Amino acid sequence: MNPAAAAASALQTAPPGHAWRQLKSRGMGAVMLLCCLLVMAPLFLVLYFLIHEGASAVDWNFFTQLPKPPGELGGGMANAITGSLVLLAMAAAIGVPLGVLGGIYLAEYGSARANYWIRFAADVLNGIPSIVWGMVVYALLVVPFKSFSAYAGGVALGLIMIPLVMRTTEEMLLLVPQGYREAALALGIARWRMITVIVVRTALKGIITGVLVALARVAGETAPLLFTALGNNFWNHNLAEPIAAVPLQIFTYAISPYDDWHRQAWAGALVLLAMILVLNVFVRIISRDRKFN
Amino acid sequence: MADPIRLTSPLPSPRPDAPGPAAPVRPPPPGADVAFDIRDFSLWYFAHQALDAVTIQIPRQKVTAIIGPSGCGKSTFLRALNRMHELSPGVRIAGEPRLNGENLYAPQIDPTMVRRRIGMVFQKSNPFPTMTIAENVLCGLRLNGVRDRPLLRERLEQSLRMAALWDEVKDHLDRPGTSLSGGQQQRLCIARAIAVRPEVLLLDEPCSALDPIATAKVEELIHELKRDYTIVIVTHNMQQAARVSDRTAFFYLGQLIEYADTRTIFMNPANPQTEAYVSGRFG
Amino acid sequence: MPAAPAAPAAVPSAPPRRWPDVSFRWLALLAAATIVALIFLVGWELYRGAHLAVMKFGVNFLHHSVWDPVADDYGAWPFIFGTLVTSVIALLLAVPLGVGTALYLTEIAPLRIRQPLVMVVEMLAAVPSVIFGLWGVFVLVPWLRDNLFVWLKKWLGFLPLFQGPIYGVSVLAGGIIVAIMILPIITSVSREILRSVPNLQREAAYALGATHWEVIRLAVLSYARRGIFGAAVLGLGRALGETMAITMVIGNRAEVSASLFAPGYTLASVIANEFTEATTDMYLSALFELGLVLLVVTILVNVVAQLMLRSLAGGGTGKVQ
Repeated sequence: MNPAAAAASALQTAPPGHAWRQLKSRGMGAVMLLCCLLVMAPLFLVLYFLIHEGASAVDWNFFTQLPKPPGELGGGMANAITGSLVLLAMAAAIGVPLGVLGGIYLAEYGSARANYWIRFAADVLNGIPSIVWGMVVYALLVVPFKSFSAYAGGVALGLIMIPLVMRTTEEMLLLVPQGYREAALALGIARWRMITVIVVRTALKGIITGVLVALARVAGETAPLLFTALGNNFWNHNLAEPIAAVPLQIFTYAISPYDDWHRQAWAGALVLLAMILVLNVFVRIISRDRKFN
Repeated sequence: MADPIRLTSPLPSPRPDAPGPAAPVRPPPPGADVAFDIRDFSLWYFAHQALDAVTIQIPRQKVTAIIGPSGCGKSTFLRALNRMHELSPGVRIAGEPRLNGENLYAPQIDPTMVRRRIGMVFQKSNPFPTMTIAENVLCGLRLNGVRDRPLLRERLEQSLRMAALWDEVKDHLDRPGTSLSGGQQQRLCIARAIAVRPEVLLLDEPCSALDPIATAKVEELIHELKRDYTIVIVTHNMQQAARVSDRTAFFYLGQLIEYADTRTIFMNPANPQTEAYVSGRFG
Repeated sequence: MPAAPAAPAAVPSAPPRRWPDVSFRWLALLAAATIVALIFLVGWELYRGAHLAVMKFGVNFLHHSVWDPVADDYGAWPFIFGTLVTSVIALLLAVPLGVGTALYLTEIAPLRIRQPLVMVVEMLAAVPSVIFGLWGVFVLVPWLRDNLFVWLKKWLGFLPLFQGPIYGVSVLAGGIIVAIMILPIITSVSREILRSVPNLQREAAYALGATHWEVIRLAVLSYARRGIFGAAVLGLGRALGETMAITMVIGNRAEVSASLFAPGYTLASVIANEFTEATTDMYLSALFELGLVLLVVTILVNVVAQLMLRSLAGGGTGKVQ
C-alpha cells in the first residue's frame, strides 16, 4: 500500500455519522428555506387577492364619487381619500415638529443618561397598541368638545408619529460627521444655527425618509380613528366634525353584509396598499445614497 | 499510557507510517516527510489575484512560519489550506494543494472533513461564549459523535495539558470560556483545536493580541506541539518566526519569494527582497 | 491722509446674542420631554376613564368572566383569556418561522437574493392591519374552515383543543392572522441579532470541521439566543395589542372555551367593537379599564423586551461625543 493511497482514504473515509451530519445540515437548510417561503407567502397572497378582487372596482368613480347607500351599486371613496390626506396632514403637523425637535435634542444636546431614558420612553411608546391612542384622544378631545372630529383623528395619528420620527431623526443626525459641527462652530456660528443650517440640512434627506416611513405607517392605521375621526359617508366641511378615512371605510365595508361594499373594500385596500408600498419603495430609492461625503 | 501527552488517537489515524514501495501515481511522489505539497496554487477574490502560483512543500512535524508585509497573501494562503476561504464570497482557485499526496480540493472531498483534519487557531481568540471551558474543548469531539464519557474526560485533560492550560483551569472547568484572560483564551482555542486530533495545526497570528508573557507561553507550546503536529504559523513578528519555526517562507504581493530553513532566511537570505524585509527595511 | 488702522479691523459683528441659542435648546428639550410626558398622559387618561369601573369592581374585574352591558356587570377574563391564547398561538407559529427566516437570510441565502428578500419582509411589515383583516375574513377564514380545521379535527380531534363545531372565525384563526402580522418584526429583529454574531465565532466552528447546520447551532444560535428571546418578547408586545385584523376574524364572542375552533374576543377587539356603542357611563368606564389592562401589560412586555435587547446592544445608539 503506498502512502498516497493511504492518505486518499484518510480524507475520503468520513468518521461514522458523518453522512448523517451532512444530511441533517442539508435538511435544516431546506427547513429554513421553507420558513422563508412561508413568511413571504402572505404578502404575495394578499397582493394577489387585492388585485383579483379589487382591481375591477378601481375606476374613475372610485376616486370621484361619494359612497352610495347599501343596495345601490357603484359609488366611490372620494371623501375617504380626501379625508385620509387631511388626517395625514394634521398628523404630520403634530408629529414632524415634535419628533424632529426631540431627535435634535437627543443627537445634539442630551446627556447620555437623559438620552437613555428618552429613547427608552420612545421605544416603549412605540409599542403601545394604537387602539389605546384612540381612547386617550377620545378622552382628551372628543369628550370635552362633545363631538368626534377630524382634529381628534389627526391628533391620534400625530401622537403615534412622534416617537417614530424622533428615533429616525436622531439616527440620521448622528450620521453627520462630527467635523461638520466643529467646522461650523469654528466659523463662529451660534450652536442653534449650526444645528439647523449645517447638521439638519446635511441629514435632511434621511429625516424626510423617516417622516415618509412614519406617514406610511399611520396612513394604514384604523384602530385609533374608530372613535376619534369616526368616519363619515359625506364630505367633511368642518374639521370639528367626523371625517372619513380609507382604512375606516375598508373596515366598515368589510364587515357589512353587502357584496358591492365588499368589492369596494377590496378596491379601497388595493389603493391604500399601493400608496403605502409605492411610498416605501420611493423611500428606499431616495435613501439608497444616504452616506455623506 | 506511559506518557499522558503522547497521543494515540482512537479515531482512525491517517498517518502513513509505513512508506511502501514508491508508486508515483501522481507526478510529485510525496516524501514521507512532506505534509503539504503545493504546486502553482493561485487564488482570486473576484478580479483581485491574492496568490500567484505558489509552490511550496511543507514538512511534517515541523513548524513552518509564513512571514511578509500586510496584504502579501500570507493569511489567505493559510486559510486556503483548510478551505476556510470558501466562506468568503467571490473566491476562485487554481492548482491542487495536496495533503499527504491527496488533492484537498478534489470534488469528492467534503470541506468539513478537510477542516476536521486541519485545525486552525485564529488571530483573535474565539471561545464559544455560551459554553464552559470543558464544553469548548470537547465541542469538536461531540460534533463527531464521541459520547464515551471516560474518553471525553481523558481528552479534556490531555488537550488542556498539551495547551499548557490544565493547571490554571482544572478547578473551574465549568466556568464560561470567556471568563479566562486573553492569553488563556487563546490557549483554550488551541486546546479546542487539538482535541479532535488534527494532523495539521494552522495558526493565524495567534499572538498578535497577546501580551509578551502570554506570547512566550504560546510559543513554548508551539515547540511542544510540533512533536505531534505539522504546524503552519502566520506571523507579523519576525523575531517570533525566528524563535519558533524550522522553515520560513517569505511572501510578497501574493508570491512566494523565498522558502528555506529559518536560519538561512534570517542569516543569509538569497533574495534581496527577503533581506530587505527581515532586516526591517520595508513592510 | 488717514493712516491705515494699526490693527486690522475686525469684521463688524453684533455682540453674540445668547437667547436664540438658549431658547432653541429649551424647545428641543421640551419636544424630547413630550415623549416622557406622553407615557404618563396615556396612563392618566386611561385611569381617569376607568375610575368608575375600578371603584366598583376592584381586582375582581380581572377574573370575573361575565360581560353583560344590559345588567351593567363587567369582567375582563374572557378578553384577557382570548388575548393570551391568540398571542401564544401567534408566538408558537411566528417565532420558529421568523427565526428560521432570519437564519436563512443571514446564513444560507445566496448573497444576491438577500437584499430583495429582506425588502419583501419589510413590505410585509408595511401592510396595514385592516388589509390583513379583510383578506382574513374573505380568504383565510373560509380556507381554514374548509381545509386546515377539518384536517386538524380529523387527526387531532381527540384533544379538547380541536373539538367542537367549526365556524371558521375562531381563536385559532385570530392567532394565525396575528402570527402573520408579527412575523416581520420578529424576523427583522432576529436578523439584526444574527448579523451581530461575530464572524470569528462561525470560523471557530468551521475550523473544527462542523457542518453548516452545526456552525449555526453552535456558533450562531447559542450566541444569539438571548437576543432572539428579546425579539420574541417584542413580538408578544405587538401581538397583545393587535386590533383590526384580529377583530375581523376572531368571531367576537365573550366566552372562555377550551376549543381553539370556538369564537373568542380580545381586549383590543372588544374596545374596537363596543366603544362607540357604550351607552352607560359604567359600560364606557369598563371599556377604559380593559384599555388600562392592555396598556399596563403591553408596557411591561415592551420594557422587558427593550431591556433585553438593549443589554445586548450596549445602550442602543450612543451619542457621538
